[in-house]
Amino acid sequence: MNIVVLVKQVPDTATERKLSAADSTLDRASADGVINELDEYAIEEGLRLKEAHGGEVTILTMGPDQASDSIRKALSMGADKAVHLVDDALHGSDAVQTSYALAQVLKKIGFDLAVLGSESTDARTGVLAAALAERLGVPQLSLASKVEIDGSTVRIQRITDYGYDRVEGSLPAVLSVVEKINEPRYPSFKGIMAAKKKPVEKLSLADAGIDPALVGLAGATTQVVDFADAPPREAGTVVKDEGDGGAKLAEFLAAKKFV
Amino acid sequence: MGEILVLVDHIDGEVKKAGLELLTLARSLGEPSAVWIGEGLDAGRPVLAEHGAAKVYAADAALNEYVTAPRAELLARLVADKAPAAVLVSATPENKEVAGRLAVRLGSGVLTDVVAVDADLVAEHSIFGGAMRSRSKVASGTPVIAVRPNSVAVQPSPAAAEVEQVAVELSEAAKGARVLERVVQEKGERPELTEAGIVVSGGRGVGNAENFAVIERLADSLGAAVGASRAATDAGWYPHAFQVGQTGKTVAPQLYVAVGISGAIQHRAGMQTSKTIVAVNKDAEAPIFDLVDYGVVGDLFQVVPQLTEEIEKRK
Ligand SMILES: Cc1cc2nc3c(=O)[nH]c(=O)nc-3n(C[C@H](O)[C@H](O)[C@H](O)COP(=O)(O)OP(=O)(O)OC[C@H]3O[C@@H](n4cnc5c(N)ncnc54)[C@H](O)[C@@H]3O)c2cc1C
Ligand SMILES: Cc1cc2nc3c(=O)[nH]c(=O)nc-3n(C[C@H](O)[C@H](O)[C@H](O)COP(=O)(O)OP(=O)(O)OC[C@H]3O[C@@H](n4cnc5c(N)ncnc54)[C@H](O)[C@@H]3O)c2cc1C
Repeated sequence: MNIVVLVKQVPDTATERKLSAADSTLDRASADGVINELDEYAIEEGLRLKEAHGGEVTILTMGPDQASDSIRKALSMGADKAVHLVDDALHGSDAVQTSYALAQVLKKIGFDLAVLGSESTDARTGVLAAALAERLGVPQLSLASKVEIDGSTVRIQRITDYGYDRVEGSLPAVLSVVEKINEPRYPSFKGIMAAKKKPVEKLSLADAGIDPALVGLAGATTQVVDFADAPPREAGTVVKDEGDGGAKLAEFLAAKKFV
Repeated sequence: MGEILVLVDHIDGEVKKAGLELLTLARSLGEPSAVWIGEGLDAGRPVLAEHGAAKVYAADAALNEYVTAPRAELLARLVADKAPAAVLVSATPENKEVAGRLAVRLGSGVLTDVVAVDADLVAEHSIFGGAMRSRSKVASGTPVIAVRPNSVAVQPSPAAAEVEQVAVELSEAAKGARVLERVVQEKGERPELTEAGIVVSGGRGVGNAENFAVIERLADSLGAAVGASRAATDAGWYPHAFQVGQTGKTVAPQLYVAVGISGAIQHRAGMQTSKTIVAVNKDAEAPIFDLVDYGVVGDLFQVVPQLTEEIEKRK
């Protein structure tokens, strides 16, 4: 099975994240780049499916040069090879454009199963799996907390508002996973050494057959008008329970008209 | 004024509050038309009329037999026929997926998780866990906007709610992912988590499934929904459908009560924009206290029953 796992590099959520004053895009220079933590579950699921059904796991990342660090980490977890779509013209692409660019690459490299995280921790749009399925005309098996593959049939438990749906589709398909699905492995020392020799293919727009008019900030379908820091929260009151903590809290809630 | 399409979520005809919020918002942008999928319109229509839907486009329940694609095809068809000024959906994970597909179909842009929209269709986002506000607009095509529940105060305003049946011929591609079964884990009579004005959440500090009764009793005294941290849902003490956070539900109630929850970044991502936040935790250093309007450092098994009792007394 040809499994392609889509991995995004994002600024570490533990650090302060900013937008750039120049063009309102994510300021990637000011924070450490890490693998979007939800994509680690996608990598793990890709590896487990390969272990169960055979085949190969390819990492696909669209992002600037420094995203190669995240690619290495994904390879050290056990993926076989990687494709890095990297081109300055991609800077500032929004979700609709990103789905176009990634769909073009998927068409070019081919796939039985494209595996994504449920959302990125920076932009958090959560639309890519659906948008890719739409563009590629394949089943959308998204928000999965469980996956079973039987021949060319894929069955998932899809997390919903009210619980879950059992959903079925056939390969090729787009799969996205939630963090309930597994526990991602840590790269082993052997894995880290092996990753250094694994092939990473860099693609430009031209290599991937991407029309430059359809990506990047200039042609974006969405546009940031302005941004600002949110007004800081006023520091609250914290009291130690001296046997009357519950009563004090009730008083606070009553003063705020919640009771 | 242009027409604004509003995808209204409902359960067997009972309209979700988020749908009424969208109709209220749509009235400030143009003339709202509700889009209704499935049974129950007889029950739902008076509610839509009361909240300002000039029209209701009704489509067959069969659209729900497949994952998201049929709903995007329905909306795309309505956009082509009616040329609305915008399409609004509530920002649930599922509706965001519908929105993403729709934007691709229309060749337009999509804005997700917005907390406000002004008359020029400029949308406001709360980003990076509430640390920043940004305003954006859709630059090409019909704007598709997913609005976070609880961002708008519902205001009734009567309208005709004239029903028009819409039939869509689904493409083969839209039938790729078939729903075999729906499993409902939401339980009880409490308000829905994302819609509730008050949410009381329990975390690892609650200790086990039985102890969640302490959380439920407090919630019931406040007429609140119950939520849980991932530590509590992973341990099986409460169903996943109640998880608040990065990979659970995003809530923005008037009041959020965090009990035995440390306040990890992934938890904060789902509750940080709540209007008032209070916490009970025995560790004075717990990061949740950085967020609170009022916090009590103490044992939840002492503090929470006393709080519940005090609230009951004051009723
Ligand atoms: C704060 C902020 C808000 C934004 N809001 C919007 C908005 O409302 N509308 C909009 O159109 N754009 C928005 N953007 C732009 C958005 O970051 C990019 O378009 C992004 O490429 C796709 O969105 P996402 O990261 O939210 O993807 P999601 O749909 O949340 O990501 C789901 C999965 O897709 C895969 N994936 C995502 N990006 C890549 C990638 N580059 N390479 C490989 N795999 C990937 C990963 O598996 C990931 O887990 C915003 C950006 C920022 C910084
Ligand atoms: C990819 C990913 C996604 C995640 N998504 C989410 C998410 O959506 N939602 C989420 O919540 N988490 C999420 N997490 C997990 C998150 O990082 C934390 O592990 C989790 O929020 C911790 O839950 P907790 O606060 O209940 O537990 P803990 O961090 O263990 O905190 C328990 C707290 O209870 C207090 N306590 C203990 N006993 C008592 C007592 N008797 N009285 C009072 N206080 C007491 C302790 O002092 C402590 O502060 C995610 C993590 C990852 C890696």
